[in-house]
Amino acid sequence: MKKQKSGLTFFQKVVKYRTLLLMCLPAIIFFFAFNYMPLPGIWVAFVRYNYRDGIFGSQFIGLDNFKFLMTSGKLLELTRNTILYNLVFILLGNFLAVFVAILLNEIRSKWFRKVSQTIMFLPYFISQVLVGFLVFNLLNYDTGFVNGVLTSLGLEKWQPYATAGVWPVILVIVYLWQQTGYNSVVYFASIMGIDGEIIEAAKVDGANGFQKILYIILPSLRGTIVILLLFALGGIVKGNFGLFYNVVGSNPMLYPTTDIIETYVYRSTLVDFNFSRASAVGLYQSVIGFVIVMTVNFIVKKIEPDYSLF
Amino acid sequence: MAKKDLDLMDSGAKIKLGTSDKIIRGFGYVFVTLYCICCIIPFIIIVSSSFTSETVIRAEGAQLIPKDFTLEAYNMVAKGGGIWKSYVLTILLTVVGTFLGLAIISMTGYALQRKDFPFRNAISFYIYFTSLFSAGLAPYYLLMTQTYHLQDSYLAVLLPLMMSPWLIILMKNFVKAIPHEITESGKIDGAGDMKIFTSLILPMIKPALATIGLFLALGYWNEWYQSSLFLSAKVDVKPLQYTLYEIVNKIDALRNSVAGQYVTLTDIPQQSVKMANAVLATGPIILLYPFVQRYFISGITVGAVKG
Repeated sequence: MKKQKSGLTFFQKVVKYRTLLLMCLPAIIFFFAFNYMPLPGIWVAFVRYNYRDGIFGSQFIGLDNFKFLMTSGKLLELTRNTILYNLVFILLGNFLAVFVAILLNEIRSKWFRKVSQTIMFLPYFISQVLVGFLVFNLLNYDTGFVNGVLTSLGLEKWQPYATAGVWPVILVIVYLWQQTGYNSVVYFASIMGIDGEIIEAAKVDGANGFQKILYIILPSLRGTIVILLLFALGGIVKGNFGLFYNVVGSNPMLYPTTDIIETYVYRSTLVDFNFSRASAVGLYQSVIGFVIVMTVNFIVKKIEPDYSLF
Repeated sequence: MAKKDLDLMDSGAKIKLGTSDKIIRGFGYVFVTLYCICCIIPFIIIVSSSFTSETVIRAEGAQLIPKDFTLEAYNMVAKGGGIWKSYVLTILLTVVGTFLGLAIISMTGYALQRKDFPFRNAISFYIYFTSLFSAGLAPYYLLMTQTYHLQDSYLAVLLPLMMSPWLIILMKNFVKAIPHEITESGKIDGAGDMKIFTSLILPMIKPALATIGLFLALGYWNEWYQSSLFLSAKVDVKPLQYTLYEIVNKIDALRNSVAGQYVTLTDIPQQSVKMANAVLATGPIILLYPFVQRYFISGITVGAVKG
């Protein structure tokens, strides 16, 4: 059978597998239309775009758009913000997720566990718009819940929307609040997959609760943790646009600590209509992101070939 | 299997429970309870405040426990009426998009896991590559508005959310669990690939369809991003979450505009009305989700590492 297959020409294969090819066709067209068609448009990063001449008719200016972003220091600021936020999100996010998964596993009441998992999952299901509004409701100056409590205690009101320095903390908390329920699911599932007999044996040998976690559960999670961390690091230059855009809003006072690549590209595209600059930043991000993912995949392939992407 | 392990661990726990086990367990209950309270408080504040009168909110801020009970805000939303049209639009987009997306994703997922299909690696890579490298927002925006002319069209919201490489890989992984013999037996009976897919495979992947359908539906229900890119003020009815975005951010927009200084207080949506809108826009998904949660969990665990 194998011999017969390799003997077919490309055209014969197409004819023989036409039904399966047709089944893939809608998806092929979809990704062509929405993901491959925009690729030639990257050219806009190298021109001074104007509507009349279009992407390919506008004046070619080489790397000037990139030079501007470099010399103004904007690119550095955006990259720093994006990477630092993601690093904290990834490290704290996974730490908290493992922590919660281990504690959930210790809870024996099925009812309690089910209800608490459902509640922890809740923030993941709502739109980013609502997340932004929930935060606004807690923190805003006039009617925010926190300021309501502060006032009733006779304390002075707090103005986070005018204080750039507090936003890294707020954004990390909001991120953890929204994602931990989701992230802990994977870890909880791998704890559930641990052979119960190993834990039994450890107990017979007199292992206490801490030893059980330290020497059985954590080591058995190590593979999952490493893989999930590596893949998360692969996306380290991709910012969480929905979170930043909805929670922070367009508030220039807060840009120094909250402007990430995505928010800058969005503003340049939809507010300033500076497509060339937006595309320059976008291309820079795509290229760096691509290199990082390839590196991560290379590393994963070395340590755990089964999990590599390709 | 997980269930069996769980029972084993349960029985073990009953046999002996050391001091450290008790400490960890007690800490677990306390921590998880506190964490859950943190998860749910922002929601309670919104719901409570939506039933609180505007004067109380203005004077004392958003409320955890309503000081007074009034349906004022909801009456105002009902009078405004705009949100119901958004409801209808969002339900339509969700139903049509989820159905089309599921049809395409399941067909593709099935074809791509067939070991005898010679193009499967090439097509898989073609799809997967899109998540490795993208043109970025500006070229995408220019293509959608100037080449496809989708500005102010609902298609600009419906189409881009219909599938993703991740969902196709997830489907592929689900279908892989079905033995290849099923396809073989269909072939022996003389059925074509499409017939095998619709009458043999589809009935067997119902849980996968539920999981992926829910991810799609959630994407459509919570959609605001494509709307913010492509639906301008010329479009009267917008998807629910973007309508909510416009309502809750109106006050900022007014404040930033030059005309803002002449705007009277009545033009600014009241806090309680914003809260009522938020409750109405989110309510259905929160009421529904305890019932569908397990499908999401299976999706996350199947799709977590690969893809």
